[in-house]
Amino acid sequence: MQHLYPQNKTGLFSALALLVIAVAAPALAQTPEEKGFEVAARSDRSDRGFVDSKVSLKMILRNAAGQESTRELTINTLEIPDEQVGDKSMTVFDSPADIDGTALLSHARILEADDQWLYLPALKRIKRISSVNKSGPFVGSEFAFEDFTGLELNKYSYRYLREEVCGELMCDVVERTPLYEHSGYTLQIAWVDQTDFQARKIDFYDRRGDLLKTLALTDWRQYEGKYWRAHMLSMQNHQTGKNTDLVYGEFEFGTGLGERDFVKNTLKRLQ
Amino acid sequence: MMNIQQPDMPVVRTWNTAFLAALFLVVISSIASAADVRVSGFSGVDLRWFPQSPKYDRQFSGLEASTLLNPEFRYQADDGGPQVVFIPFARLSSRDAERSHVDIREAYIADHMDDWDYLVGINRVFWGVTESRHLVNIINQTDAIEDTDDEDKLGQPMINIGLQKDWGRLDAFVLPGFRERTFAGSDGRLRADETVDEDQAVFDSGAGTRHVDFAGRYSHFLGDWDVGLSLFHGLSREARLPLGTGNRRAPHYDLITQTGLDLQYTLDEWLWKFEGITREGQGDTFAAMVGGFEYTFFQIAESDADLGILTELHWDGRDQTDAPSTAFDNDIFVGARLALNNIDDSQALIGGIVDVDDGTTSLSLEADTRLGDIWKIEAEARLLLNTVPGNTLASFERDSFINLRLVRYF
Repeated sequence: MQHLYPQNKTGLFSALALLVIAVAAPALAQTPEEKGFEVAARSDRSDRGFVDSKVSLKMILRNAAGQESTRELTINTLEIPDEQVGDKSMTVFDSPADIDGTALLSHARILEADDQWLYLPALKRIKRISSVNKSGPFVGSEFAFEDFTGLELNKYSYRYLREEVCGELMCDVVERTPLYEHSGYTLQIAWVDQTDFQARKIDFYDRRGDLLKTLALTDWRQYEGKYWRAHMLSMQNHQTGKNTDLVYGEFEFGTGLGERDFVKNTLKRLQ
Repeated sequence: MMNIQQPDMPVVRTWNTAFLAALFLVVISSIASAADVRVSGFSGVDLRWFPQSPKYDRQFSGLEASTLLNPEFRYQADDGGPQVVFIPFARLSSRDAERSHVDIREAYIADHMDDWDYLVGINRVFWGVTESRHLVNIINQTDAIEDTDDEDKLGQPMINIGLQKDWGRLDAFVLPGFRERTFAGSDGRLRADETVDEDQAVFDSGAGTRHVDFAGRYSHFLGDWDVGLSLFHGLSREARLPLGTGNRRAPHYDLITQTGLDLQYTLDEWLWKFEGITREGQGDTFAAMVGGFEYTFFQIAESDADLGILTELHWDGRDQTDAPSTAFDNDIFVGARLALNNIDDSQALIGGIVDVDDGTTSLSLEADTRLGDIWKIEAEARLLLNTVPGNTLASFERDSFINLRLVRYF
């Protein structure tokens, strides 16, 4: 308590100076990198503790001529609380009919290649596959593999750019650079709102540094008073004119999924 | 030698098959509509063309048309519980009565609780990692009249108990009811001079086809390594084909014990693969192996397409008279896989296997693409070049073929 009652002038000035520094320090001393990380971490941590989720979605692919093709899939996710280890996910396709039952198991890792297995129901064969193909199209869509698996906080370095209005909200605009190998992006720019801390829009820049795609995340719904999920993800490819929509159904949380639901053999019983 | 071959009755057999297939459908669709059963599967048409005239008498020449049907019925209550699956299969061939056939690919009930799972009924099980030969894959009999690639399998009755732990997975199989291999009929192509008479089959067990086989497998992954260790004791899925009576081949199924190892090391663009077996019960105990790599160039030339290069070496130490003969005694496989990663999932696989000892070469090309949402077209060519008398494949030297398949999924 003594510190609050300084004995002399010098002491008072020192105390005031300290107070000013203490209040201003976060704004003054924080580098754009630290601030960018803070925005991303706040967003990531707003999602902490969901344990597991199940969701079915439609993927609608459109080419430049407007021709459409639809895939239906279900994604089960198991949260791994450790930020140094990625989540586990199981993706199962229902349509088109020829890939009905095809399933992908992914054990995400942070900077190393993920462990991935693909199940081919026609041969009843489970294949360990190479996961370095991060930038390749996911089932012919405008989403790359890394757009699904690259959502871990420590997969990027960050830099805060600016504050900007995004729709009805105010957003922090953060640049993020993939730290993992084999990314198809040199950088991404994300608009993260200051109210719910969710990414509303992301621009993707290709290996040449040109704008490649824009992802718009809309139809946000909150679950259990905590977890926000966008139910409409639209990826527009600016270079080809093609786009892909992901239309999510209702998410289910805390469904009781466990480690045993994310092992190789489980791939065979999800059709 | 006096020829007392008895001609088959293709018309009768074909109609039997057709009748059985129709009966299947009627029974199944009535069950399916009664409960909340998920129906999927496919039907298709195959056009198989043999450009060369046949080597043996009575074999058809030119075009073979066939239709195939593979519906799939799945049932599981909304709140989980056991899964019930039924998958019949039927093919009706215009030219080879033996190739017209019906099979139950799968018909089982399965469930899991905690670390344990079980499956009772008919199922197909695939083990292994390599592409050009499936050495360790032994649970199911090959439906050899479907294709020459050893990938079409007959349903196998089984009781399978599985245990999943952090240290890996253990599977135990009890396999009652032996399935005999299917062979082309006298009208058919892709056969030897003397046709196989399944009625003359010999089994190295007192119980005949009722012999109960056993198998077990341990599988796991550690970092970049995937490993499988397997053991099988029972009737060999491959048959020796000594001459029987009536100038026909009598398939002989020996009692064997086989151990298997399959390994894959996945490192960035590289997949390193190995399969090895030892087998006891067909002459001297022998070993066989296949191993190699697949390297993928992702997004070639800044496109979405991936190009994979495959190489696998084959070696088989069996005595070709005491054990069922194999074409893979000392061979090299080289292939390329192209995946366009487009909306229609178009892909192609081209490969060649060369016998290092005599130069006999078989080439294969497989390509397929989706057409819209429910149709798919597949092209397949299997060409035999440079066959040398004495090579296992010499009987098929005039049986290169091209197959075009149109499939509709439902």
